[in-house]
Amino acid sequence: MEHVATTAGLFPIPDAQRGRLVDLTGRGKGALIDGDESADVAAAYDAARERLVAAQREAGLDRVVEGQARWDDMLAHPLCVHENVRAGDVVRYYDNNNFYREPVVTGPLTEDGDLAADLSAAARLTDSLQAVVPGPYSLTDLARDEQYGSSAAFLDGLADFLAGEVDAFPDAVDTVLVLEPSLVTSPPDDDAHVRVRDALAAVNAATDADVVVHTYWGALGEKLHAHLLDTDVAALGYDLVSAHEECVYLVQEYGTADSVALGVVDGQNTRVEAPETVADRLSWFRESVPVSDFETVYATPNTELFYLPVSAFEDKLGALAAGVERVEVAE
Amino acid sequence: MSADRDGRGGDETRVGRERFRPADHPNDHFLLTTVVGSYPKPAWLTDVRERHEADGDAVTDDEWTEAIDDASRLITGEHERAGLDVVCDGEMRREEMVEFFARRIGGYEFKGPVKVWGHNYFDKPSVVSEVTYDEPWLREEYEFTAGVAERPVKVPITGPYTLATWSFDEVYDDDAGLAYALADLINEEISGLVAAGARYIQIDEPALATTPEDHAVVGECLERIVAGLPDDVRLCLHVCYGDYGEIYPKINDYPIDEFDVELANGDYDQLDVFADGDVDPDLGLGVVDAHTPTVEPVAEIEANIREGLTVVPPEKLTVSPDCGLKILPREVAYAKLENMVRAARNVEADLDSGEIDPDALRTGP
Repeated sequence: MEHVATTAGLFPIPDAQRGRLVDLTGRGKGALIDGDESADVAAAYDAARERLVAAQREAGLDRVVEGQARWDDMLAHPLCVHENVRAGDVVRYYDNNNFYREPVVTGPLTEDGDLAADLSAAARLTDSLQAVVPGPYSLTDLARDEQYGSSAAFLDGLADFLAGEVDAFPDAVDTVLVLEPSLVTSPPDDDAHVRVRDALAAVNAATDADVVVHTYWGALGEKLHAHLLDTDVAALGYDLVSAHEECVYLVQEYGTADSVALGVVDGQNTRVEAPETVADRLSWFRESVPVSDFETVYATPNTELFYLPVSAFEDKLGALAAGVERVEVAE
Repeated sequence: MSADRDGRGGDETRVGRERFRPADHPNDHFLLTTVVGSYPKPAWLTDVRERHEADGDAVTDDEWTEAIDDASRLITGEHERAGLDVVCDGEMRREEMVEFFARRIGGYEFKGPVKVWGHNYFDKPSVVSEVTYDEPWLREEYEFTAGVAERPVKVPITGPYTLATWSFDEVYDDDAGLAYALADLINEEISGLVAAGARYIQIDEPALATTPEDHAVVGECLERIVAGLPDDVRLCLHVCYGDYGEIYPKINDYPIDEFDVELANGDYDQLDVFADGDVDPDLGLGVVDAHTPTVEPVAEIEANIREGLTVVPPEKLTVSPDCGLKILPREVAYAKLENMVRAARNVEADLDSGEIDPDALRTGP
């Protein structure tokens, strides 16, 4: 069994680039990313990416993400930069004191390569790359549709769009982490489960990389969890910070994929876990479930990390890597 | 326990409204006019602060203190010039509603800015040890403002639930535990303010709007906040935006004298929530929008005030802006307040003359 210390991405922008970007663009709604940045702004994001990749390497993470400094609108980003999407009102991001521009989809979501371009840039900085994308269902929850006409058609359209994006990823991408918090926070009706499964399966089929579907802020419902097991993804993710007992129950009762992602570091609290806490959480899960061996255990913060100040974010990366190392030594 | 705190209860005995009626009030009816708290800072104050922070020799601590006092005096006077019955200094000493208190409460630490949206950041503090009351937070602000004001002064305080949920909590088991500990500190602070003469306190709980399911936590916080306070202290709870249907009528059980809401921004689409004829505390009604720079004409604000009279009688209606005005241009903020007071006085005159029949306006049972 392999342990992989990694993250769910969406990092805080390093201090130097944060200040530079405000100087260049200001703070208003018009200052945000639209996919057509000036050379100066692009250079600031390139510098941020370099720093964020370096921070992961310094911390000793096994798989490195691009960092997604450009994702001004968090998980809604891939839509917010699309030519057939207009930026709507600034609205609340899940149950957080954070806000984003609600994307309003006004035309067909053709593949646009925005994510692949960032990943190609990151691939020049590391040889162990993990892509992070929003899941199709979460995008239906975060965006507004004026094109597809029904929630079912919108979900299918988003699955096609994401499959196209993922298909364009550079070969250096080893894993694709699909973040689907909305499956927990506002789950689909039972009669939509199959469609959600098929949407995720379509994304999975678009790449040779290992696909991990990760949820957080609670645990999946039992039926939905069972449907996700039918997507053929390499791993399902579980938030052991917010719902460890519920998550373990799911795996005890229904099993899981060949690999798992375990959210073992709190992405929304500055309290930095001790390495032994990280190791204990990983061991506790292994001992609690009737699975003799996993192919891979991805150890990760439970959520994106932009909620944290930069110093706490970097400390968390270090704690995660050290905790995983401790487990590996013990085994 | 609701309106029966320390023996008060019912409209007749509710403490505090008449004491704020100015001696020269022109009408028999009295719609108490006030502000929620924050107000645009004079441009020069921001300039002096930046120079003081950049170089303590260029602008010394004494000069900075003098500048803040001048700003406080200026804005308090501006509120009085607008005709408000109860004033404050526009929170000239405060930069941000959580950070200001976190810098004064023991147990807090600042670890760096965090993103709110886009390129907008906030110094979200971390609670790294048990919170403690080390020194008065607002006494200087209150004493100075009361010293320069002709009118009574209200003291806005960020509520414990908001202070807790808008912080990183590294110590307490849950947000409720931290909120209760902070409520005890706020009780201590208010006791000091009351000893200094304050009689009108406003607790700001914007976080309740986003997590209304925690209304019981806020209720318990308020019980802790009022513990041991004298009967003649008027306590207001301000909750801006959000779904009021989730917290009303539960707020009727809160130990508060006034519940202040933001309704102008939504064009009173949530007013029905309060239309059961059973609103227990006085209603502080937002009648000008704190988010749009358009100055509402007096007639429009009069119509907004009449909206309030459909759910509570005049003796239970307080008139205020929707929220703090600090994001508006200063001249716009002033014009809104001036029009608001004029509108309130006009409605009072109409009530006096019988042109407005409040009983006929009320829609509740």
